[in-house]
Amino acid sequence: MGRKLLIHNDKVPGINTLEVYRAHGGYASVEKALKTMQPDQVTDEVKKSGLRGRGGAGFPTGMKWSFLAKPEGVPRYLVCNADESEPGTFKDRYLMEKIPHALIEGMITSSFALGAKQSYIYIRGEYFYVARILEAAIAEAYAAGWLGKNILGTDFSHDCYVQVGGGAYICGEETALLESLEGKRGNPRIKPPFPAVAGLWGCPTVVNNVETIAAVVPIVNMGGEEYAKIGVGKSTGTKLISASGHINKPGVYEIELGITVEEFIYSEEYCGGIRNGKKLKAVVAGGSSVPILPTELILKTAKGEPRLMTYESLSDGGFQTGTMLGSGGFIAMDEDTSIVKNLFTFSRFYHHESCGQCSPCREGTGWMEKILKKFLDGTANESDVDLLWDIQSKIEGKTICPLGEAAAWPVAAAIRHFKHEFIEIAQKKKFVDISHYDRLNKIRA
Amino acid sequence: MSSQVHGAQKFDKAKRAETVFSEEAMKTAQTIISRYPEGKQKSALLPILHLAQAEFGGWLSPETMDYVASILKIRPVEVFEVASFYTMYNLKPMGKCVLEVCQTSSCWLNGAEDIVKYIEKKLNIKVGETTKDGMFSLKVAECLGSCGTAPMLQCGASYHENLTYEKVDAILETYKNEGRLRSYTDLDYKNTL
Repeated sequence: MGRKLLIHNDKVPGINTLEVYRAHGGYASVEKALKTMQPDQVTDEVKKSGLRGRGGAGFPTGMKWSFLAKPEGVPRYLVCNADESEPGTFKDRYLMEKIPHALIEGMITSSFALGAKQSYIYIRGEYFYVARILEAAIAEAYAAGWLGKNILGTDFSHDCYVQVGGGAYICGEETALLESLEGKRGNPRIKPPFPAVAGLWGCPTVVNNVETIAAVVPIVNMGGEEYAKIGVGKSTGTKLISASGHINKPGVYEIELGITVEEFIYSEEYCGGIRNGKKLKAVVAGGSSVPILPTELILKTAKGEPRLMTYESLSDGGFQTGTMLGSGGFIAMDEDTSIVKNLFTFSRFYHHESCGQCSPCREGTGWMEKILKKFLDGTANESDVDLLWDIQSKIEGKTICPLGEAAAWPVAAAIRHFKHEFIEIAQKKKFVDISHYDRLNKIRA
Repeated sequence: MSSQVHGAQKFDKAKRAETVFSEEAMKTAQTIISRYPEGKQKSALLPILHLAQAEFGGWLSPETMDYVASILKIRPVEVFEVASFYTMYNLKPMGKCVLEVCQTSSCWLNGAEDIVKYIEKKLNIKVGETTKDGMFSLKVAECLGSCGTAPMLQCGASYHENLTYEKVDAILETYKNEGRLRSYTDLDYKNTL
């Protein structure tokens, strides 16, 4: 069994309440930080821990914190990115729903480190009921003195609020999130300036993912060095993985970074293998944006080494033969899956979610969806594969925010590794047969 | 100009005069506004639009948007540009229960298309339509973060997961019998996580 630091108590009855959470050691990091540490010491521990942003980009959290501008007399903000919308990702929802105080505690401890008197949790609107759970936890925390004025009798005062979004994937991009938090359309801002200098209402702001903030709690409790002992190389600590698709046991798993992909897919502790005795065909390892890999490349790198669940190992080989850990949205597909049809659902998604600011993304995502639709209709021809490739290559790197890349990468990877499927359909040798998905009642019976 | 056009909807002055939050909703709105610093009340727009949608019949009419603008002391167009950007705000009247079936990858892999077809047949409507009795509207949605419990549909605040045809039958039956408007802001959410 791997070590668990974030959701080890998820099955404890009543863990969503302050009383039970506290009885299981909750809020210890706030006590330790506020009573025995200076704010910079907390940041140092986070730096030592090697923690990297858990939302998808994997940027070192301690470094992000140290970029925060601290001009006199200007408020600073911590904003939690709970806009979890990357297809295949549902870990933040699980954490917030089961153990809401883990996030609140992380918000307080992190805000102390950053010198933020106010923090906001921006949660996607569809998770309205989760926002209710968080608000109930925040009310408990206020009543017990963990939030509000002079926490634990110290000089540190802090207010934490929840804000619901309105339904837009793009608001998971940190500058779009800030726009949305200001009551505007979620159009990403041009960087620089970065939020660390000019973020929420033009003030210095740190935006961190739910899991990142929750991870600050064990880091402060155990010390950054101790945390960094878990994992491999620059992939330290534990990571929540959302596992879905054709596996026997879909769900949220906390893994020590460094276990093999094979163990994750096939062991009983995690996914429990592929459903209905089928073979694995492909995996999207880190949410819809990251390149899809066929079985042989997801289990082993091009060099023939076992692929590990780490930032480095998953990206080994670059995009030619590798992928990314991303948000940890792990989608496994069995041998019957049409890669083309799955890609269509991704492209439709990105077309729907493009904010429309940059032409390559606004137009390109629509074109890609349209062309993929031709494959489903049986009206595509071979040159459409080249056209798809051409369009995706003209989106990547040419947009304000990374949604362009997120839309382009899945298309490129599907063509790179499964070109034959596109060709077979274009040559009318094969059609996208969706009838075998009408097996729902058999699956869930 | 006595009437402005918001999309296909006409602005009605008389209706606008009737569009006022209940005392309780106004209290909630004030609480939300108080979460932001002085002068930054526009930040409350998204949550207050949710409140308004629930309060005024499940959609945002031009009158409702105008009213929200007056509460936040912003221009009506600032409300409209936001309401038209995000998917959760309805700019036309909808059924009392809006069924949103997730159709992205993991849900598709697990039979979301069959769920959509089943509901279409059962309610005798297509995606984007509302039943004649005004009870149900059917929509498809992009990833709702329920991939491990796919397929799923959202209705108001409730997540219905691991769907089967039988489960869909039960949901429709229950909602039809209750017969009330279901909103994202409902407190009696159900979820099957």
